[in-house]
Amino acid sequence: MTAAPTPDLRAEAARLSVHFRAAGAQPVEAAILQPADVLLDLYGEDIRARAYVTADPLRGEMMLRPDFTVPVVQMHMESGADPARYTYAGEVFRRQEVDEARANEYVQVGFELFGGDDPAEADAEVFATVAGALSGLGLTGAIGDVGLLIAAVRGLRTTEARKAALLRHIWRPRRFRALLDRFGGRGAVPPSRVRLLGLGDPFDGAGPDIGKRSRAEVEARIAALREDAAAPPLSDEERALLDEMVAIRAPAPDALSHLRDLAVDLPATRPAVARMAARLDAMARRGIDVGTLQFEGSYGRTALEYYDGFVFGLVAEGRPELPPVATGGRYDALTKVLGQGRSVPAVGGVIRPDLALVAGGGA
Amino acid sequence: MIRLGVPSKGRLMDKTVAWFGERGIGLRRAGSERDYAAVAEGIDGLELILLSAGEIPRELAAGRLHLGVTGSDLVHEKVPLWELRLTELAPMGFGRADLVVAVPQAWVDVDTLDDLDAAAAAFRHRHGHRLRIATKYHRLVREFLREHGVADYALVDSQGATEGTVGAETAEAIADITSTGETLRANGLKILADGMIHSSQATLWQSRTADWTDEGRRTLKELVTRLGVQ
Repeated sequence: MTAAPTPDLRAEAARLSVHFRAAGAQPVEAAILQPADVLLDLYGEDIRARAYVTADPLRGEMMLRPDFTVPVVQMHMESGADPARYTYAGEVFRRQEVDEARANEYVQVGFELFGGDDPAEADAEVFATVAGALSGLGLTGAIGDVGLLIAAVRGLRTTEARKAALLRHIWRPRRFRALLDRFGGRGAVPPSRVRLLGLGDPFDGAGPDIGKRSRAEVEARIAALREDAAAPPLSDEERALLDEMVAIRAPAPDALSHLRDLAVDLPATRPAVARMAARLDAMARRGIDVGTLQFEGSYGRTALEYYDGFVFGLVAEGRPELPPVATGGRYDALTKVLGQGRSVPAVGGVIRPDLALVAGGGA
Repeated sequence: MIRLGVPSKGRLMDKTVAWFGERGIGLRRAGSERDYAAVAEGIDGLELILLSAGEIPRELAAGRLHLGVTGSDLVHEKVPLWELRLTELAPMGFGRADLVVAVPQAWVDVDTLDDLDAAAAAFRHRHGHRLRIATKYHRLVREFLREHGVADYALVDSQGATEGTVGAETAEAIADITSTGETLRANGLKILADGMIHSSQATLWQSRTADWTDEGRRTLKELVTRLGVQ
C-alpha cells in the first residue's frame, strides 16, 4: 500500500507542526537518503528487513530514512543547545516483507526534547504535547518504562557477565527469557559445553587458526564459560520477581503501587519507581488523567527504536487493526552511541497524521 | 497451454529430465545441445521453458510460469510470502543441500547459536565492528538468526567461494549450502549443532498467481495423475 500524501494529509501535518512550534520547538529538516553504515551499526542487520537500502557507486550503501531519530540526534549533538526542542515533518519509508497491507511510506510529524535537568518533567512535557495535538480524537494512552527492567537486571544478585548478557537482550524478550532460565539453572546445558569444560586441553585436535577472531579471544570465552559454570544459579525468587514485573498490565496508579511492592524485594528498582511516580505527578499537573493510562510492563521491548526509559503510545479505541496514531519514548542510550561517548537526555514522540485523520473519521 | 519452467543446464536439468521421464513425460531440447527451445512429449497442453534455476522462483511468483522446478532454498530466499504465491506439488528427491551456519573449527568454544551470539558480542566489543557472516541467502539467514536471538552480527554478500571468506578475513563465519560438508571441512570450518537453516531439495512448484484457465487446470490434473504426485 503506497498512497501519495493528499491535501488533507498535508493540512493535518501542517496543523501538527504548528502545534509543536507553538510548544517551543524549532523546525528542522533531514535528508531522505541516510548513510546505511550508521543505521546498520546502530540497529543491526534487522534494519535491512525494515528499511529500503539503495546504493551509489561513490557513496556506497544508503538508506531511505526509516525515521528521523538518528539524523535529528546527530544534528543536535553537533549544535549542543540545552535544553532544545525540535519538530520535523516528512515521509519515512519502511520496507514490508510480511504484510503487504502495511504502509511502506508515510508521513511522520515529530517533537523531540533534548537536555534539561528534570527527566520526569521532560517525559511529561513530550507526552502532554503529543497528546494535546491529538485531543478530541478519543485516543487511549498506553505507557511503559524500559528503565524499570534495566534497573531490575542491574540489581540481580549474580555475575556482571550475566547481567550484561541480559541487558543486551532486553529488546529481544524471547532470548531474554531463555537466558534468564539458563542462568537460573533451568535450561539444559548443551552437551558440547559440558564436554569442552571437561577437556584438559580444549584446543587438542582443533582446526587451523583462521580468521580475525584470535586464539586469545577463544581462550577468554572459555574462561568466561568456566566462571559462569562455577557461579551459583540465579534464584527462583529473583526470576519470579522479574516475570511479575514485565507481566504488569494495569491503570498507571495501580501499576505504580504494584511496582512499589515489588521494589521491596527488588531494591535496585527504587530510583526508577520514584522516577515513574514523579513522571505521573508531572503528567497530572499538565492535565493528563493518569488514571486512564494503561501501564504495560513489557511496552516498548519489541520496537525498532531502542527506548531505554519512558515509552508511550496513543491508540484509537475500538480500532485494533490500526497501528498507534502516536508513539514515543526516552532514548538516552542512543545519544551516547551516536555522540561517541558524549550523551544527552533525550525524549520524543511522533504522530502519523494519516492515522490521526482515520481516527478522527476524516479519511 | 500451461508453462513449465525447468533448469536449463547441469545436473539439476539432467535429473529433472530423468525424473519426468521415469513418469512417462519426455522433456527434451528442440534442437542442438545449445538450443534453449524445448518440448514436452507424452502430454498435451504443456509448454516447456528452459531457464536458469535462480530465475524460476521469480517467474513463478510473477505468474509467468504455471509450474516450475527449482530448489526450495531459492524459493524460500527469493519469494517473500511464498506460501501465498506458490504451492509445493512434489519434493523430487534430488538436488539435496543444506543451508547451514558454519564457523572456524578453531572456535572450540562455539558449538551452538547461543555460543555464536556470545562470541559476536565479545567480538564486536574487541574489534569495533560486528561479527561478519558471509552468505548469499540474506533473507533466510537474517530471519533464522533473528528467530534465534543472535545479535551483533552483519551479513556480507558472497556470491561464490563463500567457504574461503573466513581464511581471507573478509568474514568471521559463513552461512552457505553444503551437501556433504566436505568443502567446509577442507576450509577449516564446522557446522553449528543447531545451525541448520533449511534443508533444500529440487521441488516441483505450482504458481498460484498464474492465470489458470479451465483447460490449464485439466492439463494440470492430467499431469499430476501421470506424475503420481497427488
